[in-house]
Amino acid sequence: MSQPVLQIENLQTHFFTDRGQVPAVDGVSITVHKGEVVGIVGESGCGKSVTSLSIMKLVPNPPGKIVGGAIRFKGEDLVLASEKRMREIRGNEIAMIFQEPMTSLNPVFTIGDQIGEAIRLHTKTSKKEARQKSIEMLKKVGIPRAEAIVDEYPHQLSGGMRQRVMIAMAMACNPELLIADEPTTALDVTIQAQILDLMRQLNQEADTAVLLITHDLGVVAQMCHRVVVMYAGNVIEEGDVRTILKNPKHPYTIGLLNSLPKLEESQERLYSIPGNVPIPGSLTAGCRFAPRCEQAMDRCRQEMPELIPVEENHRSRCWLSI
Amino acid sequence: MAEVNVQTYPVKQADEQVISPWREAWRTLRKNKLALVGMGIIGFFVIVALLAPWIAPYPYDVGDLKMKNQPPSEQHLLGTDYNGRDVLSRVIYGARISLWVGTFAVIGSVVAGTILGLLSGYYGRWVDTLISRLFDIMLAFPSILLAIAIVAILGPSLQNALLAIAIVNIPTFGRLVRSRVLSLKEEEFVMAARAIGMKDSRILLQHILPNSMAPIIVTGTLGIATAIIEAAALGFLGLGAQAPEPEWGKMLSDSRQYIQKAPWTVIFPGLSIMLTVLGFNLIGDGLRDALDPRMKN
Repeated sequence: MSQPVLQIENLQTHFFTDRGQVPAVDGVSITVHKGEVVGIVGESGCGKSVTSLSIMKLVPNPPGKIVGGAIRFKGEDLVLASEKRMREIRGNEIAMIFQEPMTSLNPVFTIGDQIGEAIRLHTKTSKKEARQKSIEMLKKVGIPRAEAIVDEYPHQLSGGMRQRVMIAMAMACNPELLIADEPTTALDVTIQAQILDLMRQLNQEADTAVLLITHDLGVVAQMCHRVVVMYAGNVIEEGDVRTILKNPKHPYTIGLLNSLPKLEESQERLYSIPGNVPIPGSLTAGCRFAPRCEQAMDRCRQEMPELIPVEENHRSRCWLSI
Repeated sequence: MAEVNVQTYPVKQADEQVISPWREAWRTLRKNKLALVGMGIIGFFVIVALLAPWIAPYPYDVGDLKMKNQPPSEQHLLGTDYNGRDVLSRVIYGARISLWVGTFAVIGSVVAGTILGLLSGYYGRWVDTLISRLFDIMLAFPSILLAIAIVAILGPSLQNALLAIAIVNIPTFGRLVRSRVLSLKEEEFVMAARAIGMKDSRILLQHILPNSMAPIIVTGTLGIATAIIEAAALGFLGLGAQAPEPEWGKMLSDSRQYIQKAPWTVIFPGLSIMLTVLGFNLIGDGLRDALDPRMKN
């Protein structure tokens, strides 16, 4: 395959707090190819969002800082890129959609103003052309009456409509990579399905690579080609979606899949992984999942495993996968 | 990319008008009776001030000494003062001064306070420390005392009084804007603006400032009332407008020795101060209700 769109190598983003250095992302490597949809899954606090903000270099600083690793976007290391270069990339080559569509739009400007602004930041376009383009984008994301909506204010739209607007804004400059940070979490289920459909269609038509951050394995199964499972700032398992869902190797991934309700079987109680995600910074030697793992061995408590190849395109960070 | 076929939800009625947040605020304001009264009062004084040369029956600075301290009569509707000048004419011209001082002092403090507040809130660190401590120091003085000190240095005149009032009120607006910026910069739309590659300075002016306008307008309107009172106080102390300027506060202090003999020389300027201040306060309160999103149902 040609050069990947995004290649994160051993990324380390740490937060410097009063109580010491907290490694929120600790040695994460993820590769995204052109036109591919890669999902990052994991519980809250495992470093998914910090990883995505690191790619855009939008981690609030202080307290956050990228302390190591490389983020190669089409070969260019973004960790070393200047703020000016980052501004050229943001929105134009890498776009981002946030979790909360209700608050991601500025309440005092019309929809058209905001999409137009994104267009005009990166291309030489007159206001009139930008407005035309905004209407076009709104139509593309399936918004009815685009000509009227373009002059409306965010509070007049529903959550699903606003998320469509956010997608229109993100896609306006034809980015090569779209980072979607839990884009459907705040929406109800029917709207969720529509938004996912829309994102998949845009991905296929524009060949935009998508990095989808979610904690919803159902969304992953529906959308992604590849999936990366994160736990406590590390990638613990990665592979093709089918492989991971059918043949998970890491006990954490198995636990995540078991805690999904199944339609075919009637269950008394839903499975849940015992314990909680460790507080970053309070980590000990050995596998980070060991304290919660039902199959933990002595070796797990002493030595942290590497990502071990299980089969082609499937790696797991577990001693059991050898 | 072709158009995506997604099912559309039932759309709103097409005849529903698009309402900007400002128009919506105006609608709420119109329903508020007290605010309407306030607007009526201020509107009246504004018209009086604008038309002063045409509606004032006598010049404000020349009087007939034979006619001094005359009670209200057909010739002099509000009586005459100790110099025989027509009180009505002086009150009419006084409206010009008070509205001018109030408005421009507040514009001055709003502009300076907003710039300092934006810088201090957005950039934080030493910029914030410097500006915030400066505000703390200024707020440690009673405002009228600080204003007196500034006028004492610059010399007593109406312009210097205006400048002093503007300076004294900067921290009020500075702190207000700073606190707005601090909460707004955590908003997701600011993060979204950064994610589309926008510069800090543009985010500040295009996203944060417009969202801070509502509280600035409310406090500014209420601030005009305070500024008018402060101008009157400085005038009363002889540090503001100088004779023969018909400033309301100055009129009060000049006539206070005749308060028993010719109460109308004190009552009408005093009443004018009270009414304009009341008017601005009513508008300010109305605006607060109209612009505060938490008051909406």
